[in-house]
Amino acid sequence: MDHVSTTPAWAMIAYLAAGICFILALRGLSSPETSRQGNRYGMIGMLVAVATTLIVHYPGAALYDEAAGTLADGLDGLALAEILIAIGIGAAIGLTTARRIAMTAMPQLVAAFHSLVGLAAVLVAAAAFLNPGAFGILDQTGNIFAVSRVEMVLGAAIGAITFSGSVIAFAKLNGNMSGAPIILPARHLINFGILLGIIVLTALFALSASAGPGENQMFWIVTALAFLVGFLLIIPIGGADMPVVVSMLNSYSGWAAAAMGFTLSNTAMIITGALVGSSGAILSYIMCHAMNRSFISVIAGGFGSDAGSGGADKSGAADRPFKRGSADDAAFLLKNAEKVIIVPGYGMAVAQAQHVLREMAEELEEQGVDVRYAIHPVAGRMPGHMNVLLAEANVPYDKVFELEDINSDFGQADVAFVIGANDVTNPAAKTDKASPIYGMPVLDVENAKTTLFIKRSMGGAGYAGVENELFFRDNTMMLLADAKKMVEDIVKAL
Amino acid sequence: MDFISILSIFVMACFVGYYVVWSVTPALHTPLMAVTNAISSVIIVGALIAAAAAGVPGAKWLGLIAVVLASVNIFGGFAVTARMLAMYKKKEKKA
Repeated sequence: MDHVSTTPAWAMIAYLAAGICFILALRGLSSPETSRQGNRYGMIGMLVAVATTLIVHYPGAALYDEAAGTLADGLDGLALAEILIAIGIGAAIGLTTARRIAMTAMPQLVAAFHSLVGLAAVLVAAAAFLNPGAFGILDQTGNIFAVSRVEMVLGAAIGAITFSGSVIAFAKLNGNMSGAPIILPARHLINFGILLGIIVLTALFALSASAGPGENQMFWIVTALAFLVGFLLIIPIGGADMPVVVSMLNSYSGWAAAAMGFTLSNTAMIITGALVGSSGAILSYIMCHAMNRSFISVIAGGFGSDAGSGGADKSGAADRPFKRGSADDAAFLLKNAEKVIIVPGYGMAVAQAQHVLREMAEELEEQGVDVRYAIHPVAGRMPGHMNVLLAEANVPYDKVFELEDINSDFGQADVAFVIGANDVTNPAAKTDKASPIYGMPVLDVENAKTTLFIKRSMGGAGYAGVENELFFRDNTMMLLADAKKMVEDIVKAL
Repeated sequence: MDFISILSIFVMACFVGYYVVWSVTPALHTPLMAVTNAISSVIIVGALIAAAAAGVPGAKWLGLIAVVLASVNIFGGFAVTARMLAMYKKKEKKA
């Protein structure tokens, strides 16, 4: 191909090296010990990619002079200064945010970051469209290569979907917008129509004869449609399905980077895009699996509406008898137990009870009780959210176990201490075929000798709108209070 | 590079990604999202090229804005990942 691009061999190797650094960054996350080194590999990779780009495309370099048909050259000091200032502004905002953000707000932050990647992809694609000469994607007749046109419009479209989708996800997670799904009539038809429109227009754009820099307005129409579809795709999805959405948008941001990597023939971008794309896709799969729902049904949306589609009849449930305990009762049970398994859920995060929970666990350990934590894959608002919150509260990670690793141990446990979790412990998922959560893997807390539930009140079922019949069992004690307050009282009683 | 070589790299990288990500421990899934987010900002490469090129002011400005956005992500993403990873500790042996 007749690319004007003159990427030197050393730079290609440098980009490849950056790509390998990114693979090592993810590889490091296989265990907490190697993870910090992995993160450093990621930073090195990024530094290599940025430095290489600045050296090869130094400001003013390889400026394609259309009139003369030659390359003009010369360092442009002002342009370099502008770039460094732009990086500086970004660094200042990024570092301040990273330092200040509360760990409970991590899902929002990640959603916000995704939206930035998406928007950056759109801007880069638009810049490539307006100034294709700089990207080396012009043919001799002054048109953009047809392949490059497809790649750039795909990059822009995926980026735009990532952006608007992430903005909605952010607003829902951050509480700027109700988590309840917003259902438009005929929304599937509308979405399919727009997606079809994007595909047709992309094809027309690729086949069009007028394809000079910034010439064909089809590019902008596709981008605008993609913004719209990203918005429409996420509004019908309920707050509780956000872990899947955030993972999915993670995946999209990767595919957007990969598409731009194709445009630029850049290995670092392609490798990274593929890594991030697979990562997000796998996380979405894990989340869907942990809720026993198909990816399609999550994306179709509408789940977790306030109306609730609960199989169990909730009316009259409030009258059922249950055992209510006090902090002293709980402290007594815990103190005399040999093995305690703590099951934290999103309610713990909301109440900010993780620190006092760790105090309670330490107190118990000093009294010779074996304390462990069991985490359900969908506890929290994003994959692994509970683990981060516990780590923040200084809970050693070798005390924290995943569902498959600890579930068989509930039978030997004296107390299962459920704090702010509900659906992930509901035995209806195993027995009640009519239940909307049927088939979802759950923690077998009922096998413990005693199950303690900390809950604010008996009303208000979990997000699935299903009553948990464990609450009414003989070996269950309900601790009805704010989670933080209750755990504080237990610590005092210990 | 021709399209087929690039496509080959892409497909291979998808497989590498698949196996590497499955080996990530579930306890680190949140840091995984933060760090993938940071590295996907390698899109800054495209932004830098656009910002460095003269000739089309519109494209240059779009490039500069994209540089800012991607930098927020790069610095923010790596920093927040480092902050999270620093919190994962093993049980200290009490004397």
